[in-house]
Amino acid sequence: MATMREAGPATIAVHLPGALVDLFPGSRRHVELKARDVREMVDALNRLWPGMRDRLCDTTPAVRRHINVFVDGERARLDTPLPPGSDVYVLTAISGG
Amino acid sequence: MAKVMVLVGTKKGAFIAESDEARKDWSLRGPFCNTWPIHHVIADPATGAIHGAGGNEWFGPAIWTSKDLGETWTHSSQGLAYEAGKEPVSAAWSVAPRDGELYVGVQPAGLFRSDDGGATWTHIEGLRDHPSRPHWNEGGAGLILHSIVVDPEDSRRIWVGISAAGVFFTEDGGKSWEPRNRGTRADFMPEGQRYPEFGQCVHNIVMAPGMRNRLYQQNHCGMYVSDDGGKSWDSIEAGLPSDFGFPAASHPRDPDTVYLIPLNGAAEGRFVPDAKAAVWRSRDGGRNWEAKRAGLPQRNAFFGVLRQAMAADRREPAGVYFGTSSGTLFASADEGDTWITVAEHLPTVHSVETLVLDR
Repeated sequence: MATMREAGPATIAVHLPGALVDLFPGSRRHVELKARDVREMVDALNRLWPGMRDRLCDTTPAVRRHINVFVDGERARLDTPLPPGSDVYVLTAISGG
Repeated sequence: MAKVMVLVGTKKGAFIAESDEARKDWSLRGPFCNTWPIHHVIADPATGAIHGAGGNEWFGPAIWTSKDLGETWTHSSQGLAYEAGKEPVSAAWSVAPRDGELYVGVQPAGLFRSDDGGATWTHIEGLRDHPSRPHWNEGGAGLILHSIVVDPEDSRRIWVGISAAGVFFTEDGGKSWEPRNRGTRADFMPEGQRYPEFGQCVHNIVMAPGMRNRLYQQNHCGMYVSDDGGKSWDSIEAGLPSDFGFPAASHPRDPDTVYLIPLNGAAEGRFVPDAKAAVWRSRDGGRNWEAKRAGLPQRNAFFGVLRQAMAADRREPAGVYFGTSSGTLFASADEGDTWITVAEHLPTVHSVETLVLDR
């Protein structure tokens, strides 16, 4: 009989803002990776492009105030789960002057 | 033929102005650092690297580093953080190099050190452990550590300026700190409480060359000199048009020469007085002052000069430079006697520092 196993992370699609991608040579606007929640997604991005976590999250820890993460159209936090096949949009908020 | 570089931090990125040793003809490169707000740009004489301290509303704090005189840049904030749950670091405000080490001051106020050229950072925790810490007040720009002076002969001796907490000093590399504000005023406090142990709104501190215990200070409330490492401060305001300003710059060789740019007052627009620009120079440690105006605008000049936005180079005679809130960069190749415009229409200038490359 097969042993029951916890489901591993599923693949999700992440869309990154141009101003972020510009900070990491070789990074891409669109990437597919495996993550169960936003925190794991950020960890995966940081493994791909070291330092990206610090640009997206502060050390509260939380998503930075002027960064918006939308999961299937809803604004998300670090602990927001990511259902398989999620479309995640990371956006820069209106800010500055 | 020497090359003289003026490193400029602005509200929208860093710029580099370049000239030869005559310092008459200038070219400009930039903006660098992806047009982030950059509060301070310095060159590390030990490595030749250029470092820019900044913070972006979207992406947070970072130190930008160029090892090829500004052609390419990297950025890092690894380790530039307080423990989880504390108010996060929002921006880096000042950088100081010392024998291959880098120190950076941040908002909210704290001090960090890097031993690897700015790739990673370690919090110098002793400063925020000081018992006065819960009573530090924010200045107009926030609770920022904006001035760092490291003793050129003993890197364990460090002075920092925090707005509005005052000047603090360590002689053990940052483990223990003491306030060094005696003699500086806090006019914004009630009568009878205007000379506190800490809480003064220091705007900038610089060390005189060759005198490890002489410091000059521009404060929100006055200009000062100390000859005992900041244990006590004496006013040097007499002869100046106001007691308010932001930057101070020391001379590369003469400890008695100091430059200030007094503004018309904290509540009067913070412009150069009478809308006429002048750099005020003392040749005797602040006892007497002369306004140097030749080449600077003498009508309708409604700008200020921010705390890190004036510096001297180490050429003979010394060059002096300052950048304005309205985005003009001025240079003097004769110790402040005469001035030329190097660049106009830049973003608000936050900082000016120099790098001289001998060829």
